[in-house]
Amino acid sequence: MLSTVLTAVPADSDWINFDVNALAQNFWSATFDGLTFGAIYALVALGYTLVYGVLNLINFAHSEVFIMGCYGVFFTLSFLGFGPSAPNLSFGQILINIILALIAAILAAAATAFLVERLAYRPLRKRNAPRLVYLITAIGASFVIQYLIFLWRGPLPEPALTMFIPTPIFEVFGTIIDSQQIIIVVAAVIMMVIVDQFIRRSRTGRGIRAVAQDPDTATLMGVNKEKIIVTTFIIGGILAGAAALFYVMKIPSGVQYNGGFILGIKAFAAAVLGGIGNVRGALLGGLLLGLIGNYGQILLGSSQWTDVVAFVVLVLVLLIRPEGILGTSLGRSKA
Amino acid sequence: MSTTDGPTPMPGAKAAQAAANRQAAEKNPSTSADAAHKTGWFGRWNEKWQAMPRQKQWLYLIAIVAVAYLLPILNPPILSTEPGNDFPLALFSMAVYALVAVGLNIVIGYAGLLDLGYIAFFAVGSYTAAMLTSPDSPFIKVPYLWTLPLAIVVAMCIGVILGIPTLRLRGDYLAIVTLGFGEIIRILATLIPAMKGQVGFQNVGRPPGMGEDGIPVFANSNGTPWYWLTLTILIIVLLLAGNLERSRVGRSWIAIREDEDAAETMGVPTFKYKVWAFALGAGVGGMSGALFAGQVGFVNNQKFDVVTSILFVAAVVLGGVGNKVGAVFGGALVAYIPLRFTAIAEYKYLIFGLALMLIMIYRSKGLIPARNRLLAYGQEAYARVRNGPPKKPAVATEKEV
Repeated sequence: MLSTVLTAVPADSDWINFDVNALAQNFWSATFDGLTFGAIYALVALGYTLVYGVLNLINFAHSEVFIMGCYGVFFTLSFLGFGPSAPNLSFGQILINIILALIAAILAAAATAFLVERLAYRPLRKRNAPRLVYLITAIGASFVIQYLIFLWRGPLPEPALTMFIPTPIFEVFGTIIDSQQIIIVVAAVIMMVIVDQFIRRSRTGRGIRAVAQDPDTATLMGVNKEKIIVTTFIIGGILAGAAALFYVMKIPSGVQYNGGFILGIKAFAAAVLGGIGNVRGALLGGLLLGLIGNYGQILLGSSQWTDVVAFVVLVLVLLIRPEGILGTSLGRSKA
Repeated sequence: MSTTDGPTPMPGAKAAQAAANRQAAEKNPSTSADAAHKTGWFGRWNEKWQAMPRQKQWLYLIAIVAVAYLLPILNPPILSTEPGNDFPLALFSMAVYALVAVGLNIVIGYAGLLDLGYIAFFAVGSYTAAMLTSPDSPFIKVPYLWTLPLAIVVAMCIGVILGIPTLRLRGDYLAIVTLGFGEIIRILATLIPAMKGQVGFQNVGRPPGMGEDGIPVFANSNGTPWYWLTLTILIIVLLLAGNLERSRVGRSWIAIREDEDAAETMGVPTFKYKVWAFALGAGVGGMSGALFAGQVGFVNNQKFDVVTSILFVAAVVLGGVGNKVGAVFGGALVAYIPLRFTAIAEYKYLIFGLALMLIMIYRSKGLIPARNRLLAYGQEAYARVRNGPPKKPAVATEKEV
């Protein structure tokens, strides 16, 4: 019976292929594009990692924090008069516009993160709720934000707004690297270094690490736990806002009520890959996941495979090394 | 077996629980979470039910089941979803949601594992039924009713495959892996040509039987026989779930849910029982998917989005995590509200999302809270050890406290 079943499967071969030639040809462009996506994943992953480190909670609503940032960018840009084709602006003007959009995105995302913490998680903390309750509330909060956006903006993606045409900067291995890729990767890495140093060196950062290590003892030592938790959420929101700006730059048509969902899962996979709760792990995991996803997409022949590949990576990491590449602890990172 | 509460393995545990509840209510009426639940309408109703003799419970149950079977014929005016939605079809949809909720309740309610991609198992069941019965599919054909057990088997296998890597870890990983899996199934259905993406499978099979007028009894538009079939399966699943809940397996699940480390220390093989819960839940989900595919008669990749999974979770949470009657009630409610009140159908995701949050924050045990039976067993056992077999359980407990 089994053989009948097997032979009955149509021998289509073009839905999945292992096109090694295509990968070899596009290897470097896939690498640079993958790093660009990876930088965006890393920024979002950091939000998951920080909250997980402090509260031991997957903040499902973080993908909505991110998408609110995207809407912040979208509204700022449409307010500034951007359209589907890039306006002819000087470098300085573009920079000013980008900074304005970034501020709006950060405000929108951080405000969402703050509200989620206040309205959804804080009441549970007061009640000392079990973990399952936290998770269900988190998913409920994510759902509510998603459908509030849905009711407000409708089911279709927002029209694409182009900020600037990426201009080639230089060539490596026969592949052109454009200004957009440079901006995204460099800015993301700079932001992550700042966050890493902030957590390692600043007083608040020490507080975050203390709460991650042991919330009760930290409270006894004079750390204001509630304040630290809010700060953590807001830092996550700021990074998600920055990621939102880069995301809209990279995929202008991606602003949609449920646009954060898959990206959220991928970013979480990135955080787990690098070691959840570990700031440097989020960067490493994000970049790796961006690369793996892009290679997989070219190897297997459809852009939808990126999501499947990311998911398989997540399951494999959980199977082989659940603590991630760099290990899990935010609290244990050296002072 | 009754659908709410079967014979308790230890006689008197029920009364001891009632006594304990009364004591809790007297001791600390304002702060005790349990006391707050007991004062609710459902709580009082539940207490009354527990106080009834078994014969009376049976009578009531038979009456309720009879009414449930007669609903599509009675078509009661206020309850009815007509005009707008066909009432028997609405009932079928409610029964499927209730079945899904009962299955998911095994995973979330008993074992405390948050499965956010339950729709995936539902989809697996639907595709199993469709691919083995639809003329559009190249696979071998089997009669429709055979696909129900097959859907269970296939969904369980996939549940085990997915569960083994993730269930060794902390519960939150499971949540995100299942969430991703729910989405992946849809993408795979789009990408793999044998699953026919959006084109889908037409003319999914149906149970045999032909009416006098030449129209099949189980026609796609005829909700009543489908509802009866689903209701029958639902009752069987409820009885089985009730037996499981009271068995060693059920107690292990609850121990795992309450404190996994403690359960492991006490010798409960937690991983094994978690995989069991996950697989059994997946099986029920697969079967409901097969039923759904049979009634609708058409399966494509558009029917299984992850948001529906969250509705399933909302159904379990609404009814009361860990309570199978609550799950039936919650599942039926989640299906019923958008069909009955078509004006707010558009807002259903928002409403149930808010419901998820608010219930978790303010009433985390749901509308019909599950009674904490373990407590009753523990007290009963303690009383026995101290005083020998109790003649009057309530008195025994009071003495002990």
